[in-house]
Amino acid sequence: MAEVSYTWPAKDKTSVLGKRHDRLDGLAKATGAAKYTYDINLKNQLIAKGLGCPHAHCRITTISADAAKKVPGVVHVEILRQAGAEIEWEGELLAVVAAESEGAAAEGVKAMRDALKYEALDVFVTEADLEAAKAAGRTTAGAGSTTLEKEAGDDEDEKEFEKKEIERLLKESAHVVEGFYGIDVITHCCLEPHGSTVEWQDGKLIAHHSTQNVSGTDDQFAQPLGITAGDVTVHCDHIGGGFGSKFQADYWSIAAARIAKETGRPVKLMLDRDQELKLGGSRPSGYIKVRLGADKDGIIKVWDSEHWGTSGASGGAVAQGVVPYVFTPKNLRRVVTNIKTNCAQQRAWRAPNHPQGCAITHVAIDDLAAKMGADSLEIFKKNLGTDDEPGVGGAKPSVYAAEMDIAAKLMDWKAKWHPHGKGPAKGSVVEGLGMAIHTWGGAGHNSTCRLKIYPDGSVETQCGSQDLGTGTRTVMAIVVAETLGLPVEHIKINIGSSKYPESGPSGGSTTVGGVSESHRRAALDALAKIRDLVAAKLEVNADDLVAAGGKIVSTKDAGKSVSWKEACSLIGLKPLEVEGKYVRGMTPTTMSSGGVGGVQMAHVAVDRETGVIKMKKFVAVQDMGLIVSPKQAESQIYGAVIMGIAFALFEQRICDPKTGVFVNAEMATYKLPRLGDIGEIVVELYEPESERSRGVIGLGEPPVISPGGAISNAVANALGVRVPILPLTPQRVLEALAKTPKA
Amino acid sequence: MVHRTGTAEPASGFSRREFMRGSGAVAAATALASQSQAIAQQAKGTKVVSGEQTISLNVNGKAVQVKAEPRTTLLEVLRYQLDLTGAKPVSHDASSGAATILVDGKPASASVMLALAARGKKIETVESLAGDAVPKAFVTHDAEQCGFCTPGFVVAVRAFLNQKPKATEEEIRAGLNDNICRCGTYANVIQAALAVVKGGANG
Repeated sequence: MAEVSYTWPAKDKTSVLGKRHDRLDGLAKATGAAKYTYDINLKNQLIAKGLGCPHAHCRITTISADAAKKVPGVVHVEILRQAGAEIEWEGELLAVVAAESEGAAAEGVKAMRDALKYEALDVFVTEADLEAAKAAGRTTAGAGSTTLEKEAGDDEDEKEFEKKEIERLLKESAHVVEGFYGIDVITHCCLEPHGSTVEWQDGKLIAHHSTQNVSGTDDQFAQPLGITAGDVTVHCDHIGGGFGSKFQADYWSIAAARIAKETGRPVKLMLDRDQELKLGGSRPSGYIKVRLGADKDGIIKVWDSEHWGTSGASGGAVAQGVVPYVFTPKNLRRVVTNIKTNCAQQRAWRAPNHPQGCAITHVAIDDLAAKMGADSLEIFKKNLGTDDEPGVGGAKPSVYAAEMDIAAKLMDWKAKWHPHGKGPAKGSVVEGLGMAIHTWGGAGHNSTCRLKIYPDGSVETQCGSQDLGTGTRTVMAIVVAETLGLPVEHIKINIGSSKYPESGPSGGSTTVGGVSESHRRAALDALAKIRDLVAAKLEVNADDLVAAGGKIVSTKDAGKSVSWKEACSLIGLKPLEVEGKYVRGMTPTTMSSGGVGGVQMAHVAVDRETGVIKMKKFVAVQDMGLIVSPKQAESQIYGAVIMGIAFALFEQRICDPKTGVFVNAEMATYKLPRLGDIGEIVVELYEPESERSRGVIGLGEPPVISPGGAISNAVANALGVRVPILPLTPQRVLEALAKTPKA
Repeated sequence: MVHRTGTAEPASGFSRREFMRGSGAVAAATALASQSQAIAQQAKGTKVVSGEQTISLNVNGKAVQVKAEPRTTLLEVLRYQLDLTGAKPVSHDASSGAATILVDGKPASASVMLALAARGKKIETVESLAGDAVPKAFVTHDAEQCGFCTPGFVVAVRAFLNQKPKATEEEIRAGLNDNICRCGTYANVIQAALAVVKGGANG
């Protein structure tokens, strides 16, 4: 048996891995041929739409299907919430109307809404105001903690000691910053809303479902429908955005399955745009009051903060672990208050907690630099510590430091930087620079790849994974092609079905690590069998055979080789089939790991008269271990930066304080950046051998973390005034300027 | 803040400013105009329609028969009856650009155009651009992630470059602001559009 080494080839020995490739499904997506869940239309299907609750907190007194049933074209109505039910957020679906067309379904929903009666209850949606939340009885204590270098004496009261010690440390600090910062709730706003097209065949459910969790959703459908997971097939070839919000079967899709069963017809139910924004997922807000003490060099010695925010109706706030973000001062006290609002519960949003942690704490570090009249880059750098005595978590200080140097060069930081508020003005426009840093885990998830090699030489894989837009198919093909010495186009990749071998949900940047493991292992195992067959034919040692350039060739004697096709003809009549399996934490590996660092810098221009902020330049330097597919990796970072510009400058959920209605839940009013708003973006993939040797690490989350902090800091550098809460809308810029007396 | 910088030459044939300038007079004359129009239409034999009817449309160079109610959008017809699902339903008011198609060669949103209003017009969807340089440039420059906005963006870029075959980067940044991408492919779209300009595959 040929020896198998589960490792990656060296960077200078690859022919496919780490090279630039077009996305495998690129042309299908660009020409409209790619079919998303919304695009799956089944014969004789019904279109279903949900009736959303018009008030954020109410008790239903009358709900009736009668009016909807009278609408021509309406076939079936299912009431989800009966009279007497207490509804805790606006948009919650109360009923589903299934009809012959979109128009008829919408008319049926409207008829039901007109007949709906409810009793309004108290609403709370203004969580930025902590005192108001307390007065409304909407707060609970969150998980906070205190860490101090000194311990309380045996006879001292611990809380009293902590209080005194924090005050002492602050008093002894050369520089103290007191600040208030925040970041509002945003939504996932997937362009393809949540939903499914479902049908029953012989008592089994086929769910075309917009999901980032192909392998894990079948059971979620099965349980409420009283069938087994084996009786459910979940399909998703293409998904129009997920960002952490599409892991579930969701009750509306399960309702669609019930209606399909009841009517004997396929049913399509996709959320309407406003429902997508109200129900399809949101990211918790975070607001913080902080006192920070630093020594004369700007090294942070003490951090004392109270933060609050909401994750929606169940209550919850940004986790304390990201406060302060990345940096780990030796003395810190963190008080957390959870707030319950009348909004749908949050869903995981790309790098949960981290973007908020960065945006509400790296601003305080920048304010420290401003107070000292120091260069922000120098203050960030000084607080990294050393690899032996780190002042940060996640990546090593030396990684952040090296990335800071690269980013500073790409930004031309030294030449452009000026003390906060001291830059030259062109008319009413001032410019500024800001930065922030971030970390993320990104270790691969469990994944199994079934790989088939046919006697004619064709290669096919099956894996119950999905492609969120990462380029999962392309990554898989690159890994298999590299391993078998074939071109990428030779590999047929199959994903997007729960009937394929199980692979983890695409969340937390775990996919590329996981599928690279499973596909590399499957391909190496299959290759070992082929090497054995070829070794017997050529009468050479299988251990001397490698796959390269479409051949199986001897490393000892280049004259001894067979073409890939000829090698595969030795398989016999049946295809060679292997399964490569990776179980996180169980499978010993050097091919993947976790823990990355990144540095980002922003250059903005701010008009002091209009409050408008324009992105001039943004630099993102990112470590991700071994880079499988640099072209798609760059795209992920461009995209993450743009999504970061979105939450830094544009998007916010705005709720009416009286009714709790999410008033800007449409694309026209839920502001997102457009092509002209992004400025110049420079992406640098950081892959020295020290990091590449750690293997593959996921990339989806890390680069979306820092833009909020970096852009806010750049605006503060430009204005000499902190605009405390993100998004930094023109109104907020002008308010912050109005509060500050002109120097 | 104004995000939509708009194109220099609006596809609709009249500018927002002209519309605003004219709207006062329009309001004053509305009652009279609607009455006289109704009379004129009766004289011409046009009539109020209701219920479903079969109509003929010209889509991607072919005459097709489809069923439509007065409220049926062109987008619904394309997606549910003609299996042309490239144009996507993202917003009801065309503010995302995901349903961008070409109507008589100009960009329009199929989500706000009624099927009945599309009669007699030349409708082209992204599917008709399969051999065009724009989708190829999108692939080469990886101007797509989840891809849901991509077909609308491809049509928008094609329409924009038809009008401005030698567009500069500045013009591209100023003129392609009717489409929203949530994954953030804008930087790549700019490169793709520039590549099409450089490749000369325009107009």
